[in-house]
Amino acid sequence: MSLAFDEFGRPFIIIREQERKSRVKGIEAVKSNIQAAKAVSRVLRTSLGPKGMDKLLQGPDGDIVITNDGATILEQMEVENQIGKLLVELSKSQDHEIGDGTTGVTVMAGALLEQAEGLLDRGIHPLRIAEGYEMACKVALQRLDDIASEFEFGAERHEELIKTCMTTLSSKIVGRHKRQLAEMCVKAVLSVADLERRDVNLDLIKLDGKVGGRLEDTALVNGIVLDKDMSHPQMPKQLNDVKIAILTCPFEPPKPKTKHKVDISDVEQFEALRQQEQQYFRDMVQQCKDSGATLVICQWGFDDEANHLLMHNNLPAVRWVGGVELELLALATGARIVPRFQELNASKLGYAKSVKEISFGTTRDRMLVIEGTPNSRAVTIFVRGGNKMMIEETKRSLHDALCVARNLVRDRRIVYGGGAAEMACSLAVEAAADKVPGVEQYAMRAFADALDVVPLSLAENSGLPPIESLTEVKTRQMQEGNPYLGVDCNDVGTCDMREQNVFETLIGKKQQLMLATQVCKMILKIDDVIKPSEYD
Amino acid sequence: MAIPSNFTQSVLHQGASEEKGENARLASFVGAMAIADLVKSTLGPKGMDKILQSLSRGREVTVTNDGATILKSVYVENPAAKVLVDISKTQDDEVGDGTTSVVVLAGELLREAEQLVNQKIHPMVIIAGYREAAEASRARLLEIARDNKDDAAKFREDLLNIARTTLSSKILTQEKNHFAELAVDAVLRLKGSTNLDAIQIIKKPGGTIKDSFLDEGFILDKKIGVGQPKCIENAKILVANTAMDTDKVKIYGARVRVDSMTKVADIEAAEKEKMREKCEKIVAHGINCFVNRQLIYNFPEQLFADAGVMAIEHADFDGIERLALVTGGEITSTFDDPANVKLGQCAVIEEMMIGEDRMIHFSGCALNEACTIVLRGASHHVLDEAERSLHDALCVLSQTVQDSRVIYGGGWAEMQMARVVDELGARTPGKKSLAMQAFARALRQIPTIICDNAGLDSAEIVSQMRAAHAADPASATAGVDVVTGGVGDMQQLGIFEAFKVKHAALLSATEAAEMILRVDDIIRAAPRQREGM
Repeated sequence: MSLAFDEFGRPFIIIREQERKSRVKGIEAVKSNIQAAKAVSRVLRTSLGPKGMDKLLQGPDGDIVITNDGATILEQMEVENQIGKLLVELSKSQDHEIGDGTTGVTVMAGALLEQAEGLLDRGIHPLRIAEGYEMACKVALQRLDDIASEFEFGAERHEELIKTCMTTLSSKIVGRHKRQLAEMCVKAVLSVADLERRDVNLDLIKLDGKVGGRLEDTALVNGIVLDKDMSHPQMPKQLNDVKIAILTCPFEPPKPKTKHKVDISDVEQFEALRQQEQQYFRDMVQQCKDSGATLVICQWGFDDEANHLLMHNNLPAVRWVGGVELELLALATGARIVPRFQELNASKLGYAKSVKEISFGTTRDRMLVIEGTPNSRAVTIFVRGGNKMMIEETKRSLHDALCVARNLVRDRRIVYGGGAAEMACSLAVEAAADKVPGVEQYAMRAFADALDVVPLSLAENSGLPPIESLTEVKTRQMQEGNPYLGVDCNDVGTCDMREQNVFETLIGKKQQLMLATQVCKMILKIDDVIKPSEYD
Repeated sequence: MAIPSNFTQSVLHQGASEEKGENARLASFVGAMAIADLVKSTLGPKGMDKILQSLSRGREVTVTNDGATILKSVYVENPAAKVLVDISKTQDDEVGDGTTSVVVLAGELLREAEQLVNQKIHPMVIIAGYREAAEASRARLLEIARDNKDDAAKFREDLLNIARTTLSSKILTQEKNHFAELAVDAVLRLKGSTNLDAIQIIKKPGGTIKDSFLDEGFILDKKIGVGQPKCIENAKILVANTAMDTDKVKIYGARVRVDSMTKVADIEAAEKEKMREKCEKIVAHGINCFVNRQLIYNFPEQLFADAGVMAIEHADFDGIERLALVTGGEITSTFDDPANVKLGQCAVIEEMMIGEDRMIHFSGCALNEACTIVLRGASHHVLDEAERSLHDALCVLSQTVQDSRVIYGGGWAEMQMARVVDELGARTPGKKSLAMQAFARALRQIPTIICDNAGLDSAEIVSQMRAAHAADPASATAGVDVVTGGVGDMQQLGIFEAFKVKHAALLSATEAAEMILRVDDIIRAAPRQREGM
């Protein structure tokens, strides 16, 4: 360990409690880090591609998640190793930025590090490797730009959008209904998209699910689904041409914030107070009624008396609606959220064509569907499925597909999937490597090899002979100069990804390469790991 | 694959474990099949029951035949087994019956898949085959379903048959005709709604199961206040949810502060006065029966007695809602506007005796959408199981009223589906066809298990059924007849099942099997440390 000696030859300690800390230094540290990162990325490698397998994760409380989504797997895995955590962060940032390709980015990073390990053994300095990777990455990104193709779409022409979403969905458990779900996602995104500004606010798309029914029953609701029912069982279950008042104040006598007491000292006061109390309720209901509202949605609860008064005045109401839903409702119906009864008036009401309560199966689950809102920019995808895990996984898959569609609205360029883009980059990097003098050349070749890992894993997961199919497609790419050839995972019979309609977004792919290279550089630069040893 | 041996220690939290590839698959197959085997023996009319003893201090014992109830009570550790428990729960919520068959079918599908995996067929290929097979089965199921919705008499007969089939595997099998009538009457009363809350089931130990009956009206397990009329004809009922003790002042921070005893007395008097006013307002509605969700104190009770109004206190929330449904009154909480309150009405309210207990009986109600089934039986266990069985039957019936398609039971539907899947398998080139054949085998396991549970020669009977179905695919009605112990005509025997149940079972079983098959890696987080464990 790190010991230093002063001029008299006495040792003194630099790191506090150093005997209780473990420390790895130099090339050892780099290697052990690479080991850890490889272990993490290897878990994900089998999930890549349309024939990728799922992972079953059991949480600390015995709860189960079955998923194929890289970011979710890593998040639930509770990785403890520091370098492992870096990879988890990596897939998370891909998830936040792009939403899809979280598995790919981790696999890519793992492959880069694996290649780096070989170079380290040959005595190349880690920083030189990092530099070579950086140069290679630039070449690869350039190549991606070159082979990307742009397509036009509008509100009607969205076939390509659907196909890209289908590529994303095909690797998930919902692959069976990918066409239907992809159409749904594209419709949802297009209805909330701002095509002028090329922006999509995904907050406007709500994903909601209820166990039961079939996956085919999943539907896009042009409005909002609330997991609530009417406050009084005898209120009408179906309303048309509804004027909605959204309140954030409870139907209860007001509670002043300052501490106070009301002392009752004689009978008159007692009576007066009682009158006052009843008056409160009447006023509240009257104020709602006067504003012309035909449905009251409230963030808080109602007193029994208020509830009955509402019912009595033919004013249906919903209570305990969460803040997020409330905002979404306000957005969709064009209502203003009203914090005080006094401020309620006709101009602050929202409008919806219909509000109805639907019930499911044999249990007493009820939900409110609010449809036909003037600002149709809020939509809900309502997921049904055999069990809870299925619903959760479907939601995650749909989220990925929605992100992809959003990215396409932002940037219309696409590259071809099935490993075609990676192979094209790999060829370009290899060609560029020969022109680079110095040790970086090796690193660039390693980068090219790492790029091959993606099509390699795709082929492996699909049950194809990995090396043979890779080399075959790669030579064809070389000979024919056709960068759209990829691995034929679904056994369709053609390697041309244009015919198979396997697209990915350009920004997604670029982001993958950049993030993976960055993390790789970061890990390579670490040469000393100090951590407290575990307590007994 | 060379995994560093210290992977789990170095990367994951301590105590976490990971299973990969073959091991993971094996673990999930074993778990899922164990669960399926657990409930397998309860399938069919001769299925056996299970005793479940709870872990809590009471050591309560449940005797049941209901798949969902068994699985709900078993604590499973294996993640794949949990998936199966989950689908049986969903089946229960969605259609109410078929909870055992869905688990057994999923288990069989996995058992077949295991064989295929051992033959080195990739799970994704098996899944592809299963998907196509499930699609073909579904198409067949849609084809063979019959619909008698337009003919009321025939539809009722269908419902009765379904109820009898569902009940025949339960404890009520001895009295299945009686109970089938009961359940069908109760469900038809709902007029198409699936809200089973309107059917109240009251369990009273004593008597025999045969003594159970359906009551047209509504029975409330409460007593009438002292000194109030015990029997009312042409009752006008006010259903309320209001405090009938002293009304609290709801304004925040209010309290009483007085300086002399007389003032206390004054305020008490005022409170009393307030109560009296409230009671008078209630009586002013022109009612002769008042039902409240909350307590009614002695003082108002006395006031009601004086006014000749029957007052019933502390009816729970379900009771109130049902009563409102039955009598057509609205649930009120304020009483200032008697003209606008809808009162409930019924012909007679009287006290009745069931066994030793007195209850209040409302008959001749205005809406008549709700009804009560009174279950009698020798012990609590019998009653609990009877209630579960009846609940299953009611669920199935109410779903059938919505979706009136029916199919034959006794393994008939499975044989039909197996036949088309076999044909599909024969036509399909490639490894997928193996998975399809496996799917057909799994489907045929259902009649096989029914036979085995009944102690019959399953191989003989199932192969005879298969021949019968192959000879005449369109009009074969062969199914397992456990009574005579051979192949029987399902139409003559009247063994019917609801289409919706079979359909849901087929789809969720395939979905679950697919989900488990797709897993190739199980990562278990370290169990959370709990205090005192």
